Amino acid sequence: MEDKTDTILSIRGLNVTFATHDGEVRAVKNVDFDVRPGETVAIVGESGSGKSQSMMALMGLLASNGRATGSARYRDQELIGMSERRLNKVRGEKITMIFQEPMTSLDPLYKIGRQISEPLIHHGRLLSSAQARPRVLELLRLVGIPDAERRIDSYPHELSGGQRQRVMIAMALANNPDILIADEPTTALDVTVQAQILALLAELQSRLGMAIVFITHDLGIVRRFADRVYVMRSGEVVEEGVTEALFSAPKHAYTKMLLEAEPTGRKAPPPANAPILLEGRNVEVTFTIGGGFLAGEPLMLRAVNRISIALKKGQTIGIVGESGSGKSTLGRALLRLLPSDGAIRFGGRDISKMGRDEMRPLRREMQLVFQDPFGSLSPRMTIGQVITEGLLVHEPSLSGRDRDKRAVEALREVGLDPNMRNRYAHEFSGGQRQRIAIARAIILKPKIVVLDEPTSALDRSVQKQIVDLLRDLQKAHDLSYLFISHDLAVVRAMSDYIIVMKQGQIVEEGPTAEIFDDPREEYTQTLMAAAIDVTKFRMTASS
Amino acid sequence: MTDHSTIATHEVLAGASPTIAGRSLWQDAWRRLRKNKAAVASAAVLLFLALAGIFGPLVAPHPYDRIYPQYVRTPASLEAYPKTDRIIPAFESVVSRARVETGPVEVEGSTVRMPISSGEQLDPRIVRYVDRSDLFENARIEELSADGRSGVMVADVHRLRFLFGTDSNGRDLLARILIGIRVSLAIGVLASAMALLFGVSYGAIAGYLGGRVDGVMMRIVDILYSLPFIFFVILLVVFFGRNFILIFIAIGATEWLDMARIVRGQALMLKRQEFVQAAEALGVDNSGILRRHIIPNTLGPVVVFVTLLVPKAILLESLLSFLGLGVQEPLTSLGLLISDGAANIQGATWLLIYPAIALTVLLFALNFLGDGLRDALDPKDR
Repeated sequence: MEDKTDTILSIRGLNVTFATHDGEVRAVKNVDFDVRPGETVAIVGESGSGKSQSMMALMGLLASNGRATGSARYRDQELIGMSERRLNKVRGEKITMIFQEPMTSLDPLYKIGRQISEPLIHHGRLLSSAQARPRVLELLRLVGIPDAERRIDSYPHELSGGQRQRVMIAMALANNPDILIADEPTTALDVTVQAQILALLAELQSRLGMAIVFITHDLGIVRRFADRVYVMRSGEVVEEGVTEALFSAPKHAYTKMLLEAEPTGRKAPPPANAPILLEGRNVEVTFTIGGGFLAGEPLMLRAVNRISIALKKGQTIGIVGESGSGKSTLGRALLRLLPSDGAIRFGGRDISKMGRDEMRPLRREMQLVFQDPFGSLSPRMTIGQVITEGLLVHEPSLSGRDRDKRAVEALREVGLDPNMRNRYAHEFSGGQRQRIAIARAIILKPKIVVLDEPTSALDRSVQKQIVDLLRDLQKAHDLSYLFISHDLAVVRAMSDYIIVMKQGQIVEEGPTAEIFDDPREEYTQTLMAAAIDVTKFRMTASS
Repeated sequence: MTDHSTIATHEVLAGASPTIAGRSLWQDAWRRLRKNKAAVASAAVLLFLALAGIFGPLVAPHPYDRIYPQYVRTPASLEAYPKTDRIIPAFESVVSRARVETGPVEVEGSTVRMPISSGEQLDPRIVRYVDRSDLFENARIEELSADGRSGVMVADVHRLRFLFGTDSNGRDLLARILIGIRVSLAIGVLASAMALLFGVSYGAIAGYLGGRVDGVMMRIVDILYSLPFIFFVILLVVFFGRNFILIFIAIGATEWLDMARIVRGQALMLKRQEFVQAAEALGVDNSGILRRHIIPNTLGPVVVFVTLLVPKAILLESLLSFLGLGVQEPLTSLGLLISDGAANIQGATWLLIYPAIALTVLLFALNFLGDGLRDALDPKDR
């Protein structure tokens, strides 16, 4: 179906292998891609599908143990196996790339103006740094950085995440590239910022006419954004096609599964007479920054500002907000893991003044599951040891054999093979690790679990499984959840009551249906609009 | 980007190997270490040196403190001593002490014969003059004439080998190097073990508890840091006298400071990790968190640091011994031997060369092993 003269990037039979201690691992297997001028191609897949590695290969950016074979032709140049020097003439000038993590892809030691001028000085017209400055200003305005004259002399840490991503885009656009490869450019950003960046990319494309290769796991973005889609799974392209056709009639089972991976279902509220388990009244958390001996006045930062909350038995309260809104801090303060002001009552007792030793017996009833399944499991312990650690504290009389039995039960309950309990955390995938973290919480038979973004680091299809698991466990054990998330689709499926937070304060709260269908506050409305803007296609596709 | 690829390969691996037995990070590190030829060779050399230090002095032909007055500063040689050209004058000189008339000396294999005669009866006790020498043993008078005034003095030549030569007191250098390796390794290992035990627990407690406790504990470390090492050792020696145990206390007492700082830094980083927060949320007490979470996770860098600490301790001991503050004669260490050799470099180079080679090989092996361990434990750092 492709016309040879029409494609600017043509990849044929691309293989990427990594030499590891366990032999060769094939990350990309014999894939073909085509990119035509000015079009947007999306490569969709879950983590480990090889979608990033295939693009890294043609940019010559593979890790040192990686090797690419096959063919990748840009116009009439073969990129695979090209010498570093000739490749540098293509990458950074004709093909450019933006990355997922705007926090780490800018060098913290250089002003952003200098970083943007780098490609101008080394590529294309080879400008001097003084000549480059007007062009840098123009680029900053193009990507919508306000007050460009002042911002050009800022360091990366002075910019927000969204602004840094704009700076990255400005760098990538500096030499008017033919192809822009965007590797999950919005994944690390808040929903409202995400929507802005996507709008910016779409606008820039219509003005500058470059082709965009969009690597993402988010089908909502693909649907809104891409002309054609490649779906990748474990290193292979399983399906490709024009976006509309692929979404309306997916052929491959995997594509269908991806399209249906939206968490569904709603949570019914608990009975009205359910007892209140955990209650916080006017909770405040203040962080002190700096200060101390000879350091002058400390800076006080109020992360949680007079928040009241009541969690009933069997209830799930969703706490929604963008990063920095204080939602995680609130969750930890309610568990008394952070010092706070205000009253916190658990099961009728005031726990806000209790010391660490007094709190210890209560800890088994209030558990916490973290966002990052890679960081929350100790790398030096087997998962059997990880999940039974709480038993050592709370049921010290249990024998080793009894603990092992409990571990087997808990693993079975979260849907993992108990025979794997002697393995180490690094041998599991993200979703499996999150199941282990959940097993660690429920083995103590708690009453309350605070779930701090438990699904954010996971692929969509895995997210759905974790959401189902959490709901099953809630039913089986009559648990109460405090569900902290920025992902509105997941929150909607999980919770029966929602609190929207911004800058440490509650903006709006109410039953889930009310908040979603009829948000009153302006902030909630923008939040919903941004999220639904990205997800609405997914909704229609899955229904 | 590298992060991406490691995650990607991990996911692939997790699917590819459905074994039930887990593979810990230590086992992974061990596999990587075994691939590093320099590190494996160094480990073998170290093992050999350690065994030589432990068992060498037991099987060496000479005790390390035996003085052979006849063999002062003998050069290293594969041949046995005494050499033939030295036997005759030596035998003549010892027999002449017996004040008897001597005839020509004959050497047959390992026996020496010399006819002797005297104006009066030969006293059988004169064989003691011969036996007293290190060169000869089992002296006897044979073919005694009827009147007892003449006979043949026969003695076996006592052949000795000094592969590395002897020192200026006539002690076998090989035996002394073996004992030197034993002493140096013992000091290196014991001082490092002390630094390890004390430094790791101190640093982990300071780092994990943080705040004011951390401040006070680390200021104590700073104060100890500011004490000059040599001055500290001299003080110790003045108070407690020279003592083998004192040396490793002195070295351990200064080396744990570095260890405490390294571990504290690690602990500060680790305590913000979610698995530590998870343990806190489970209600695990401080000692449990330190024992199960903080300390095991600091061990990677600690193991690497220890392999670099051992040579450092050995060098410090050498320095102390060189200055005369270390182990005491007749016990010795590589540092003392080198200092001795340096004093005799004009006439007896072997006294410097062999101990210096032994120390260099030891330090090289330890450093290579340390490098190998660092690569194995933290592959991202390569």
